[in-house]
Amino acid sequence: MQSGGKNNRESVIDENLKRVFDEALEEGVPDRFKDLLDQLKKQDEEQDKRS
Amino acid sequence: MSHADPRDELVEHLPAMRAFAISLTRNGSVADDMVQDTLVKAWTNIDKFQAGTNMRAWLFTILRNTYYSARRKSKREVSDVDGVLTEKIAEKPAHDGHMQMTDFRKALAQLKDEQREALLLVGASGFSYEEAAQMCGVAVGTIKSRTNRARARLAELMGHGENESLEMTDDATMSVISASKTSSF
Repeated sequence: MQSGGKNNRESVIDENLKRVFDEALEEGVPDRFKDLLDQLKKQDEEQDKRS
Repeated sequence: MSHADPRDELVEHLPAMRAFAISLTRNGSVADDMVQDTLVKAWTNIDKFQAGTNMRAWLFTILRNTYYSARRKSKREVSDVDGVLTEKIAEKPAHDGHMQMTDFRKALAQLKDEQREALLLVGASGFSYEEAAQMCGVAVGTIKSRTNRARARLAELMGHGENESLEMTDDATMSVISASKTSSF
């Protein structure tokens, strides 16, 4: 009985955790990060050309 | 342009990195700064990434290290926030889905960073205890005890503590229990 309650409690917690995480996932990613990656790439390419 | 540059994979991990950062810090702008720092670090240290290993684990490791070193620098204390939240949560245990999520978020925010982190890695991101231990630079047993303590604390904060067995028991079970009690007399 007690262990059943414990498992139930854990699965409720894990479900909520996943929901918190998934909600953050679904927010999408601001453009600034993709822009940053593009910028880093460009920097590297220019360095390669110079060297 | 080199072939199969692991840096091209970074973009795929952005949503998960951000979700982890937001869940860990509970603050969108702090999280975004962390993700930005992590991207730059990952980009410039890509030679330290071992091809064929889990890139997400590698990125999460950089992310969490960034967070903890920033925390050490600013010496921000989360404890003053805790008192306020404890009172609010103690006020009323709600039972409908939406309120339950709100309470859960508050409870999650009250955990120590290390406990919340362990729970997020193992419970939400699907890493094994071993992977999480490696990422956090601690023993597997430490991760296990952190997640156990985090779960117990969350259950306590969510009001599933001592009265748990009663709250969890549905009508059908109750009737069986009372029936068996009656018959034993």
